[in-house]
Amino acid sequence: MTSGTFELGLNSFGDVPTQSGQLLSDAETLRLLVDEARLAESVGLDVFSVGEHYREGFVDSATPVLLAAIATATERIKLGTSVTVLSTNDPVRVYNEFSTVDAVSNGRAQLVLGRASATESFPLFGYDLADYEELFEEKLELFMRLQREESVTWSGTVRAPLVNETLHPRMQAGGIPTWIGVGGSPNSVIRAARYGLPLMLAIIGGQPERFAGHVDLYFRALEQFGQPVQPVGQHSLGLIAKTDEEAADTWWKCWMPVVERLGRERGFYAPTRQRYDAELATGALFVGSPETVAQKIAGVARALHLSRFDLKYDINELPVESRRQTIELLGNEVRPRVLELLEREPVDA
Amino acid sequence: MPDTVNTIGILGAGKVGTVLARLAIAAGYRVLIAGSGDPQRIALTAEVLAPGSIAVTGVEAAAKSDVMILALPLGKYRTLPVEALRGKLVLDATNYWWEIDGIRADLTDLRTSTSELVQEFLPGSRVVKAFNHMGYHDLDEGGRPTGDPDRKAIAIVGNDAGDLRIAAAIVDSLGFDAVIGGPLGDGIRLEPGSELFGANLPAAQVRDLFDRFPDSPRGRDVARARAADVPA
Repeated sequence: MTSGTFELGLNSFGDVPTQSGQLLSDAETLRLLVDEARLAESVGLDVFSVGEHYREGFVDSATPVLLAAIATATERIKLGTSVTVLSTNDPVRVYNEFSTVDAVSNGRAQLVLGRASATESFPLFGYDLADYEELFEEKLELFMRLQREESVTWSGTVRAPLVNETLHPRMQAGGIPTWIGVGGSPNSVIRAARYGLPLMLAIIGGQPERFAGHVDLYFRALEQFGQPVQPVGQHSLGLIAKTDEEAADTWWKCWMPVVERLGRERGFYAPTRQRYDAELATGALFVGSPETVAQKIAGVARALHLSRFDLKYDINELPVESRRQTIELLGNEVRPRVLELLEREPVDA
Repeated sequence: MPDTVNTIGILGAGKVGTVLARLAIAAGYRVLIAGSGDPQRIALTAEVLAPGSIAVTGVEAAAKSDVMILALPLGKYRTLPVEALRGKLVLDATNYWWEIDGIRADLTDLRTSTSELVQEFLPGSRVVKAFNHMGYHDLDEGGRPTGDPDRKAIAIVGNDAGDLRIAAAIVDSLGFDAVIGGPLGDGIRLEPGSELFGANLPAAQVRDLFDRFPDSPRGRDVARARAADVPA
């Protein structure tokens, strides 16, 4: 992979921001996302992806509807997901929605399939979290057949059987780019390789270089399954500001309450500022000045053989100005600098 | 006693299992690792993520190891090979994690620690709770030689002093100070919801968090549930 093919993307979970200290409404947040996608395109970013969450403070529950709106407001930027929770969706429905987004966007739709770190869709749609693996496995098998075969006959446990079913609108032959999002489970890495699908590493804590073994496992597994080499991407959280200090302080104010709330739900205690600072220095938070973030992205690109890096730029209650600044700096300053750094010292093929 | 431990078996080849396998190999143990089914399914994972470990069935790991580590989702503890684990020292690194296990009232009863449930299911084994409270990236990145000023600690609890000594020696050889706590019922002091859960701290602070648990909000909830003998 050469620097010429390195892609930089933005990920949003539809986090509701503040403006002049006031929370935006859900509707205002959705309109902001369309504007932000347009801005991302204008500063030269490659992909804009939206997640799938079902809780207060997040407005990305109807992902393909939002992507279709963004499609009509943009011309070139690729439109993806971060991630689509396939386990609690109907693969037939996902095919129809994304073949529609792909059609209206003139071939710009793509997907990352996974579970995300949120789990609200399981009780909401009547699934048991403990069945996650089986649901994902069976639905992925069906979804890939729908994309790769013209007419599908299928029966299983997760939906009604299909007999010579051809879905419409048709996707282009072979379907749309479909990545598998993984959070560190070796089994998920091997599953992505088995299907010959690109791998998106969600790295939200700890040193990203830790995942070098997973990338090695992925390439070895692709080889073992006789699949061609596929791209590897990384999704991480972060914020870019003019200086490291401004970025660190702005992000801390919003990130800390979010982690505290997650900790209450899951039974761990929130990290200290000291630990946060360590996470900025060597961990998975991409928070800093354009130069700091560019160096960090180029570093992980080399360590993990990445050809794509997606920054999740929104977090609950982050001021809209900080979001705008992150998008502008990522496109105008970080992107050219990362390409330059990777030109100088490329990612090993 | 500790020097009789040559082979460690690990049940679970996921995030935690592969990290512990790597640490155990680095410490010089022979490591047998097992997933939930055919060893062939985890052979490549073992080879790449824990080079030197040997992928086997759960039953074989139990039969051929001196000490076993549980690194599977807690929700699956009823699938453990009870007979094969008979007579073994079993280090329980599992936690109730509802995102994986689903919502389970049986695993959230404050009157019993989850390691006591595992012990009850494995009546012929000796269970010590260990390696559960530190996140797997911290385990992966944090191992240090004995005496290193940056060394972090892992709290362990169990019912037998001899077993705790063996467990402590293993914790030490994997790169962490062991902080020895009370009986298995005190495992709740290391579980999700406790201040120690997620802790990546030196021994003095781990000891302090362990000791002050009864005065924490969670500790008071546990004391109340245990006194009234109702679940929560």
